[in-house]
Formats: sequence, C-alpha cells, structure tokens
Amino acid sequence: MDDVIRTRRQLPHGLCSLAAARGTPGAVVPPPPGLAPPRAARSSLPAAAAMFRARRLLLRLATRPLLPPPHARGYAEPAAGPAAMAFTFASPTQVFYNGANVKQVDVPTLTGSFGILASHVPTLQVLRPGVVTVYAEDGTATKYFVSSGSVTVNADSTVQVLAEEAVTMDMLDLATAKSNLEKAVSEMAAASDEAAKAEAQIKVEANEALVKALE
Amino acid sequence: QVRNMATLKDITRRLKSIKNIQKITKSMKMVSAAKYARAERELKPARIYGTGALALYEKAEIKAPEDKKKHLLIGVSSDRGLCGAIHTSVAKTLKNEITNLTNAGKEVMVVGVGDKIRGLLQRTHGNYSLLTFKEVGRRPPSFGDASVIALELLNSGYEFDEGSVIYNRFRSVISYKTDEKPIFSLETVAGSESLSIYDDIDADVLRNYQEFTLANILYYSLKESTTSEQSARMTAMDNASKNASEMIDKLTLTFNRTRQAVITKELIEIISGAAA
Repeated sequence: MDDVIRTRRQLPHGLCSLAAARGTPGAVVPPPPGLAPPRAARSSLPAAAAMFRARRLLLRLATRPLLPPPHARGYAEPAAGPAAMAFTFASPTQVFYNGANVKQVDVPTLTGSFGILASHVPTLQVLRPGVVTVYAEDGTATKYFVSSGSVTVNADSTVQVLAEEAVTMDMLDLATAKSNLEKAVSEMAAASDEAAKAEAQIKVEANEALVKALE
Repeated sequence: QVRNMATLKDITRRLKSIKNIQKITKSMKMVSAAKYARAERELKPARIYGTGALALYEKAEIKAPEDKKKHLLIGVSSDRGLCGAIHTSVAKTLKNEITNLTNAGKEVMVVGVGDKIRGLLQRTHGNYSLLTFKEVGRRPPSFGDASVIALELLNSGYEFDEGSVIYNRFRSVISYKTDEKPIFSLETVAGSESLSIYDDIDADVLRNYQEFTLANILYYSLKESTTSEQSARMTAMDNASKNASEMIDKLTLTFNRTRQAVITKELIEIISGAAA
C-alpha cells in the first residue's frame, strides 16, 4: 500500500479537491484516485484486511497535505495494484505514448476534467475538446490538444487515451482559432435546421476550447 | 485433329502481346510497391491505436451470453482484383462463419466493405447481405471512412448483439493471415458482469464510447487490410511478370527455330526446284 501513500503525496493540492470529488464507490472514506481499489485487499486474509484498515486510519491522519505520512513499509506485502501506469496515447495517425511509464495524466472528459495516476479506479470516459497534460516521471509536463476520443483505465493500471485528433500545442495558432470561433458563432446563428445547428454548435465548442487552451 | 504448326505471324503476334502484358504487370508492381510502402508506414501507429481500442474487450473479457441470437459479420476487403487470394480468403471465412452460426440457430447478417465481397457472396449467400460499401481501395483509408461505415451500421436498424470483423492481418511482405476481431453491442457490454468494476459510467457515456470503439476497430481492420492487399498485389504482379518473361524466352526460342525452319524450307524448295 506504500505506493498509495507515495502517490497521494505527489498529487498537487489543487487537484485534490477535484479528484476527491470522484471517489471510489463502496469505500467508507472517499480516498483520492491514487488509492488502489480496496477490492484486492478485501479478498485477502483477515490479517491483511486488518492491516489494511490500520493503513486507512494512517491515511486519514495523513490527509493533511502539510505532514508527509511516515514510511512504514512491510517488505513481505505485495503492492495492492501495479505501481506503474502503462500509458498509451494515440490518434489514428500518430502515436505519442505507447505503454509508457508516466506519473500522471490530466484528461478533459464530458463529465469534467480529472487526473489519472497509477492504480486509478477502472473507468471508461469520453473526451471533449480540450487539453491533455502528461506529467512524465521526471515531472515535465507536455500538453496536447485533443478534439474528441475515449479514455480507458483498466484494473491493471493500463491507461489508453485514444483521441480522434491530437496535436501538440505548438501546432496551434491563437489568431486562427479566434477567427474560426467567430465564423462558427455566426454559422450557428445562421443555421436553419437541427442538424446544421448541432454541427455549428460542435464547431463553436471545439473552437472555444481551442481559444481557451491557447490563452 | 491436325494442328498446323504455328506460323511466324502467330508467334510474332503472341510475343508482342505477352511483352505488352509484362510491361503492364511490371508497372502495376511498381505502383503497388509505392502504395504498400505508404500503407505500411501508416499501419504502425494504426496498429497501436487499434490494439488500444481492443484492450477493453480483452482485459474485461467481455463475452456475449450464449442465448443471444443476432450476429453481425463485417468482411473487409476492397474493390479491385489482381491481388492474389485476398478477397477469396475473406469470403471463405465469411461463408464458413455463416454456416456455423446458422447451424447454431443464430440470425446472421453480413456487411461487405468492398465490391469484391458482394460479388463473391452474391450467388450463394446473397440473402444475408445487409450493406455494401464501394470505392474501397482506391485511396488509403482514413478515420473518416471508418466513421462513415460505423455510422451507416448503427443507422441500419439491425440490432445485433455481437459480431466480428473479418479482415486480412498483415504479417510481412509475403504473408498475411485472415483474422477475426470481436465487436459487441451496447447492451452486451452494459450487461457484462466484468464491466461493474469500471467506475462511474452512465448510459450516454457508454454509448459514445461504444460508437467510437466501433469506428476504431473498423479503422484498424481497414488499415491492416489495405497493407495486406497492396503487398499481395505486389507479389502477384511480380509473379506475373516473371511468368511472362519465361514465356517470352520460350516463345523467342520457338520463334527462332520456326524462322530457321522456314528459311530451310525455302532453300530446299529453291534447290529442288533448280534440280528439277
């Protein structure tokens, strides 16, 4: 469980609140997404379960971000979930990461933005136009703009972010984005039927996200 | 039946036509080699993309329950021939699958991507055909093509429970293998027990996700199929050119022998005529 404590410490404070809002279903204490799903521990021996409960208590004390939690590592225990994330990020024409070991990924989804660390709860999400930020092991952050796509987090800590179109931020131009946004807004105003209106709306949303990302 | 020995004119005509054919097959080989190089280059990221899209089905081990009746088969090929056994292998697999599934009591419908599939299935299994897509193989496939296919499939009104995409998976320049990848309907995935470990999924998100995955799988199979097709056409045209050169060599020898025979005959006629 020590990888959990480690990842909890690494979460930037600003993201804690966002991430904490997601929570794991069925857990008594809403833990941060870095926590491995308790299911693995529940299925083990009662002694390990008791130890797990004790650990959770320790974590509750450790939720104050100023105090680093004490390292009480039991070398005989296996980690509750794979500590490393195998991250795959690709578009149909380009692969950015393939099974890479990264620290954290921030994704914009239809239900909100959230950050994914190793041992995140398995989930399926759909991307909306926005910025995907990848934090590598050494802390450097790389940003990509994605148009749409899907995110899959599996139980074995593999994460697949498949984007329909993804570009690095330096391929985008703020002035062009702004002029496209104006064109899209005027298109939406002039749209006659439902389908044209919906298409124009999609354009407006995408361009808004582009402008916001570049500013 | 007495067959006249081929006259010089016949052999000349044949030789000329085979030489022309050899020129055509050689140029077709060059064109496919160029298209193959491009297709293989684009296949590399597409493969990672496709395996990423299929990862959920593999890791969650989603399986349709046995009592589900409606099955969908998508055969991915192209419009153009002269590529060896590409179309026939896909059609053969399709026919076998249709037989197996109908014997098991399931309802099957077939979608053909590429005109050749439609042609090969029309006579015997024509009543299973749901949709056919044409103009495949002229340009390299893009994600837009895959999404068009996915959209038409979802709008077709056929509520399939599970299905598979049958395509030719590219192994190397000289080999490909006909492969099958599963696709599932929204209800099957939502009802699958292993999906319960995935957190916070609502119906809308799952539907979006499923539609996107369908387009991804189709894109991946299109990319693999194009690469296999171009490499197979390259091999086929190369063999054709080699055969043509063999025939040209043999015919040239026959031509020379026939020419010498004709000259000898004329000489003999002249000599015997002079003697007479």
